Amino acid sequence: MVEFVDIALLVLLGITAFSIIRQKNLFAAVMMAGIYSLLSAALFVVMDAVDVAFTEAAVGAGISTILMLGTLALVGHSEHQPQHRPILPLFVVILTGAVLVYGTLDIPPFGDASNPVHHHVAPHYLEESEHEIGIPNVVTSVLASYRGYDTMGETTVIFAALVGVLLLLSLGPRPGRVASNGRATTTVRERDKAVSEEGMEEAQGDTLQVSDEENTLEDTNG
Amino acid sequence: MTALGLFNYWAVIFLMMVGFYTLIARGNLVKKIIGLNIFQTSVFILYITMGKIAGGTAPIFVKGGEDVSYSNPIPHVLILTAIVVGVATSAVGLSLVIRIKEAFGTIEEDEIQDESL
Amino acid sequence: MDDRVILRVGAKILIPFILLFALYVQFHGDYGPGGGFQAGVIFAAGFVLYGLIYGLGNVKRVLPPQAVYICSALGVLLFAGVGYVTMALGGVFLDYGVLAHDPEHGQHYGILLVELGVLITVFGVMVAVFYAFAGRGRVET
Repeated sequence: MVEFVDIALLVLLGITAFSIIRQKNLFAAVMMAGIYSLLSAALFVVMDAVDVAFTEAAVGAGISTILMLGTLALVGHSEHQPQHRPILPLFVVILTGAVLVYGTLDIPPFGDASNPVHHHVAPHYLEESEHEIGIPNVVTSVLASYRGYDTMGETTVIFAALVGVLLLLSLGPRPGRVASNGRATTTVRERDKAVSEEGMEEAQGDTLQVSDEENTLEDTNG
Repeated sequence: MTALGLFNYWAVIFLMMVGFYTLIARGNLVKKIIGLNIFQTSVFILYITMGKIAGGTAPIFVKGGEDVSYSNPIPHVLILTAIVVGVATSAVGLSLVIRIKEAFGTIEEDEIQDESL
Repeated sequence: MDDRVILRVGAKILIPFILLFALYVQFHGDYGPGGGFQAGVIFAAGFVLYGLIYGLGNVKRVLPPQAVYICSALGVLLFAGVGYVTMALGGVFLDYGVLAHDPEHGQHYGILLVELGVLITVFGVMVAVFYAFAGRGRVET
């Protein structure tokens, strides 16, 4: 029964992933990606990873989809037909896949309790956690106590990612003010950035000859 | 469960290659990030598959269950944190896409290349 | 906006339960599936839902962006702070056994505080990222 559910979920995942590539409408592709996440969460439950399934369902199908949709609202949702033939990527992918399948032939069979992965620190965690930490959920005790450093690093990475997003989206010049000619709306704080972007565009030989005059105008204003 | 053999690993490789293909063959930057997410999830499935023990149960102790075998908790911990970090890094990627759209007016790779020439 | 009565009323009913469920996931994480990461995401999802239905301006009045930024840094500081407290009490970094007389109780306190730090950071980051994406306005091309 478990095998049947496992195979069915994996096949569904494969179909979903395949239809994501075929999909030209990005809104549909994002919704399919949400379904993909939810299916993989179901697969994690079958694989006994309830904590992971919980996280995947909340993050992958929830927050991640909302972020993607928010991006699509900003950048548009149609994908162009690729211009070059997909022969070379297909060749690379099939070759890589063949090498990986060759690599799996040495992997110990799925679900065997004597696999090497189960004989390092995992038995220690499973046997001693109840006495050393005293909480029933081993995942929590490993996450927060045995591998506390690891989790602290992950938390810091998340914080660093937020700093990156804020630097990219919240502090830069606002959209539409630099791109169109509405330079008057650029505030003093954002002016330096806008000027430097203009400098870049000039260096690329674009049709922005007006920028010099505008700079002098702004200098007299400021 | 051992009847399954290597099927899980092959399915993981298929998903991984689908994500990889989307990443290298498609010019749309949002589509590339979706492909990256497919790839990422396939790696999660690979780890969780390795942690599974046939006939085992979730690694949460049950009262009086001395002879219960539990699945390996370490992959669960690694992937649990990786999922949240994954969405945070996807957010950085998506905000880069938004800035590219604002700077170039397009998110198609070939058009960006034409524009920056 | 009047044509979205079902969404508005439904969200109003759901949001308290989403937030309560997040707290349950947080504090029941020792005994069942759950923990700081999941709880943080679910707690953030409650506010994201409010923002989607009632608009960004309203959710920013409930939860100002400054507070969210402070949250995301505060969680990391709490996590690292627990590590330094254990060092000050004579243990090694993040060795919760020294937090109480009984090492097992110390582990309980340590895990509780550390998970709280994770909750606060993940919640702050998720809501702040949502604010950043939703507040970006449509691009004029």
